[in-house]
Order: sequence, then C-alpha cells, then structure tokens
Amino acid sequence: MAEARTIKVEALTRVEGEGGLFIRLDGDRIEDVKLSIYEPPRFFEAFLRGRRLEEVADITARICGICPVAYQMSAVHALEMAQGVTISPEIRRLRRLLYCGEWIESHALHMHLLHAPDFAGVDSGIELAEHFPDEVNRGLRLKKHGNELLEVLGGRAIHPINVAVGGFYRAPKKDDLLALLPDFEWGLEAAIETARWVATLTFPDFTRAYDMVALQHPDEYAMNEGAIASTSGKAVAVTDYETHYEEFHVEHSTALHSGRANGHASYHVGPLARVNLNLDRLTPRARQLADEVGIDWPCWNPFQAIIARGLELVHAYEEAIEIIRDYQPFAPSRIDYEHHTGAGCAATEAPRGLIYHRYEVDDAGLVTFAKIVPPTSQNQQQIEEDLRDWLPRVLHGDDSQTARDCERLVRCYDPCISCSTHFLKLTIDRGESS
Amino acid sequence: MSTMQQTPASETKPTLAVFKFASCDGCQLSLLDAEDELLAVAGIVDIAYFLEATSRIKDGPYDITLVEGSITTPHDERRIQEVRQQSKYLITIGACATAGGIQALRNWADIEDFTQAVYASPQYISTLATSTAIADHVPVDFELRGCPINQFQLIEVLKSLLAGRQPRTKTHCVCMDCKQRGNVCITVATGEPCLGPITQSGCGAICPTYNRGCYGCFGPAAQTHAQSLTDHLVREGAAPAQLVQLLRNFNSAAEPFLEQGNRLEDAVNLKGR
Repeated sequence: MAEARTIKVEALTRVEGEGGLFIRLDGDRIEDVKLSIYEPPRFFEAFLRGRRLEEVADITARICGICPVAYQMSAVHALEMAQGVTISPEIRRLRRLLYCGEWIESHALHMHLLHAPDFAGVDSGIELAEHFPDEVNRGLRLKKHGNELLEVLGGRAIHPINVAVGGFYRAPKKDDLLALLPDFEWGLEAAIETARWVATLTFPDFTRAYDMVALQHPDEYAMNEGAIASTSGKAVAVTDYETHYEEFHVEHSTALHSGRANGHASYHVGPLARVNLNLDRLTPRARQLADEVGIDWPCWNPFQAIIARGLELVHAYEEAIEIIRDYQPFAPSRIDYEHHTGAGCAATEAPRGLIYHRYEVDDAGLVTFAKIVPPTSQNQQQIEEDLRDWLPRVLHGDDSQTARDCERLVRCYDPCISCSTHFLKLTIDRGESS
Repeated sequence: MSTMQQTPASETKPTLAVFKFASCDGCQLSLLDAEDELLAVAGIVDIAYFLEATSRIKDGPYDITLVEGSITTPHDERRIQEVRQQSKYLITIGACATAGGIQALRNWADIEDFTQAVYASPQYISTLATSTAIADHVPVDFELRGCPINQFQLIEVLKSLLAGRQPRTKTHCVCMDCKQRGNVCITVATGEPCLGPITQSGCGAICPTYNRGCYGCFGPAAQTHAQSLTDHLVREGAAPAQLVQLLRNFNSAAEPFLEQGNRLEDAVNLKGR
C-alpha cells in the first residue's frame, strides 16, 4: 500500500527573504508541490497611493535590499512615461552603468555565497571558502566592486539616493568614476575566470521546455528598455505586458503568482532567459566566452543559470568600463517636468529577471495607482512546475536529502522572496489534515 | 579584525544568529556586504542561524542575535518572544526593527483597504493592523538605526561586544557630518526641505552631498527640537502636506517624527475644513 507523506522545508536557506517548500506524496506519486512564501505582506502598492511621484523611487527601493536599483529604474521609467519626460542619452548611459553595478553585486553574491556551495556540497559561502579560498575571495572582491560603483553613482550600495524621475540628483564626478577603473579592469579578467570556473561545475542533466521571457533591444543587451521577447512567440511592447501576462492570487503564497494571460501557463524569467534571447548582444568578451563554456545555446538547464550569471558578470564589467572611460560630466543631470495627470509603465531587467511597474498620477503629482510585478513572483509557478519534474529523480528514500535536492533547484532561480511578496502569509500543510 | 583572530576553537566561539521579520533583507545583507571583514567575522563567531547565508542551522540559545524587520503578523508577535528567550544580547538592526519601517504607513490607514488594494483574495492574508518596532514587544539590548544600516557601524558593534565593551554609535545629527563634508546647506541655498537637523548621523550626509534634502533614513537624532525645524520650513514656504510625507517614510513611527507628522497633518486638515 502506498504511503502518504509530506516533505517540508520549513525555511529555505541561501535565498533572499523567507519561504518554505511543501511537498505531498502518496508513495512515489506527487500530489502537491508548493513553494510557500510566508514573508509578511508589506502593502507597497497600497501605501504608494497618495505619495508624491518623486518619492516613489526611494520607497520602492525598500521592497528589496538586494536589488533596489531594479525597483528604482522601473519606477522612474514608468513615471517619466506618465509625465512625458524624455531623458538624455547621457542619463540613459549612466542608468545602464548603475544597473551594471547592481548586476555585478547581486550576481557575485548569488554565485559565490548562495549558489556555488550547492555544487560543493557545503552549507555556506563561508564554508566554501575553506575549500575554494581563491575563488570565494575573488567573488567577494567582485561583489565589492559592484557595491563601490553603486556608492559612487548612487550614493550608497543599498537603497541608493541619487536616482530621480528625470535623471540623477547629481551627475558623478569624472575623477570619482575614473578611480574605479583599475579595479574594474582587474575585475573583468577575474569575472572571466569566475565564469570559466562555474562552467566546470557538475550539472544535473535536467532540461525543460521553457517559455523564457526577457527584454530585447535591437542595439544592446537589454537592461532598461526593450520589447518583451519570448523564446516561444513574438515580442510584445511593454505597454501590452498586462494583456499577455497576468497576476493571480493563490492561497499558499503572499506573493501573487504570474502566468500567461491565456490559461496562466508558467514562464521563466532571469539571466538564462536573457542570455538565450540576447546572446549576440553580449559584449565581445562575454559573447566569446559564451562559446567557450561548453553550452550549445540556447540552454534549457535551470542549474546552468549560474553560467548565464557568469556571462552577465563579464558583460557588466565590460560595459561599465566602456561607460566609465567615455564619461564626460554633463548638465542638466535631471530633466525638468511639470506635473500633469498621466499613466505610465516600464519593464527593466532586475538581476533575477523581468520587473514591471505601472503607475497613475494626478495633476498634483500624487500617485493614484501602483502595480508592481517582481521577477520572483513571475518565476514562482515555474519553480513549482520544475519541482514536479525534478522530484521523481530525487526520491531516493531519504526525505531530508530529497528536500535538500529540491532546495538546490529553487536556488537556481535566485529567488528574492522579500520582493515577491506584495507583498504573503502562507499556511503550509492543509494537505496532512485532509 | 586581526586582534580577534586568535580566539579559541569553534566550540567556544560566541554564537551569532540573524532573524528576519517584515523587511527588505537589506540590513542583514549589510553583513554579507562587509566583504573585507566577512570571512574574519566568520572566523571569530559561530554563525549559528543566518538563513540568508547558510543552510547550517543550530538551535539556540545564541550569544548575539541580530533582528531585522518589524512585527506585522500574529505569528511574528509570538515568534519574537521565542527569539528573545533564545538570545542573550539582542540587537535590532534597521528602521523596520527600530521604528516599524516603511510598512508602518499602514498605522494611519485601514488595513482592510490595503489588503484589498493588493490582493485579489484578501481572505488568504493574515496581517496585523499595525507595523511596530521590536522594542514594542520585547526588551532590546541595542538598536542600530538606518534604512539601511551602516555596515561599518554593524561591524563596530559586533567588535565591541566581542571585546566585552558596551557598543556605542554616534547620535549627533546629519548636519554635523554635512558641514564636515563641506557641503552648501540645501535648505538655506535652495529652500528645499531637509531633515538633516533632526536626523541621526550614520549615512555620511549622502543626500545633501548629492544635491537633495535628507529624508531621515537614520531616524531622529538625540536632543533635537523638531518643531523648530518644521516651523522654519513652513515659514520658508514648504507645503505642510509635503512635510508630513517627508516625516512619514522609513521612520514614521519614531518620535519626534511621529509627533511632528501628526501635528502638521492636523494643521493641514484644520485648514482644509
């Protein structure tokens, strides 16, 4: 007789924010898989109403301490659309530079301290440093570079203060940016070594037929701007995002799930989606490296997202170096605008995937409506479906090992649970009583 | 941290735990952001509970506990009691833990409206009507302010504790740091409201350095006279409604930001009538 049992991970570790995992089995038959997000709701979209639009970038940054720039960038682009502001090419380049800083900091953190320990079978980046001291120390230096760039350009690494609707409160000083160059030149070579190193890790042979979604831009590796492309269909304009992608609320999560608008089919956002869709827009050395890492792109193995992060790390260094070298101080650092009633939306690429914001404002410049769709809530459904496919391979009698193997898969997505909760209280385990 | 690296073997290392309540993760990230000190810190304390950093979980009690986030759910009201019982020395880190954080804006709103605004099925959501500081629930041994905290202050506090000293942070206002940086005063030069005169040091006066007024991330400084500032700003032409929002962001529930925000709001409402 088949035995009904549950496997629970009460608290996922080495992810940002707090969530759990709940699996119900009947013998080896999978009855239920849930990524439970129990991070308490914080209600950003509600308390943004009535706030001045100039405060939105400062407030939405606080959704996530790991990727505040993603929230700031999406917010200011959406609000600029609402106020009819066109930013200058100089401001646009500096915004890409700021995003490079966040990608470097976030990817270096995830690769070395959160994800790589799984491949070495250790519990933390600190423990990993005992086995791979050079690699981990190198990773920490890279992470520090990202933070230093954020400090120069944003004022500080966590919750930068220099991002404004219309541009920046102050353009950086040329000398301050140039002072970063020696570290960044070293960092580019180190990032290449890092990408090569992660490519040598042993990956489970696990691929899935994903619908991968990321921004795509004709001239550049999309960060702040582009159409929403997919590996399984036509690209759509950001203004049509809500026609094609939809949020829905499930009981086990304080994060709203997302799916395709027709039938809520899952989709996958993040670095793997970006590289698959934008391979040829990587900077030259990152592009060249993509051919050396032993992957026949596109890649459909979620565990190899760490390689995609490595390529983006290299890309971010290369692009940052170019922007810093060419930088000339400019004015105005911020484009003026007059308040008027309006609506605007924007999508940008957070380190962990596509992020979408939409706002409505009144003629006094106060927010009347806010909608925020973070990357992890979009990946939630995908992660659960992956786990259903992954589970049969990792059911080997030892449930605690199964739980660890499932956590490994969850971690590939670099989930940011603080962000994803719009923000959820989860009751695990209706399953056992029913 | 070199002086402390000779601490004896792992069994005798003090244990460190990091707990998260309602927050953005940014303050605990500050510990991982101390790239130069991280491995050294890991060498002198036993990281016993830190979900974001390690899968190794040890049961309490813990010698030093860092608590990030505010109390916003019935479950967390109970959990903080357990955390306190397990902790010898409890440090709250960041504006959420020390003042309720940005999510304390619900304290002025109807939580039912808030839930309905965000969630299609509000019945799935369990939350309190308020977001409150950790010290409103349990005794706290030390508070480290900021949104986010300053990682150097965090490392300094940990070093002090490990060396057996009572930790201290500076409690003067942002204005002092701003003068030291040689900045032109934003409020005097442009009339833009700045909370520097009543906000605690810790950020390095970054906002005025980047041509904008301080918005109070580090909460109230010691011995300020907040009403003098708000009266001055109103006299200089600031809209009281705008000042209410400036005082009500990441430290909205901390006195005297709380008192001044409420006072100005009452004045706005009275005038509107």
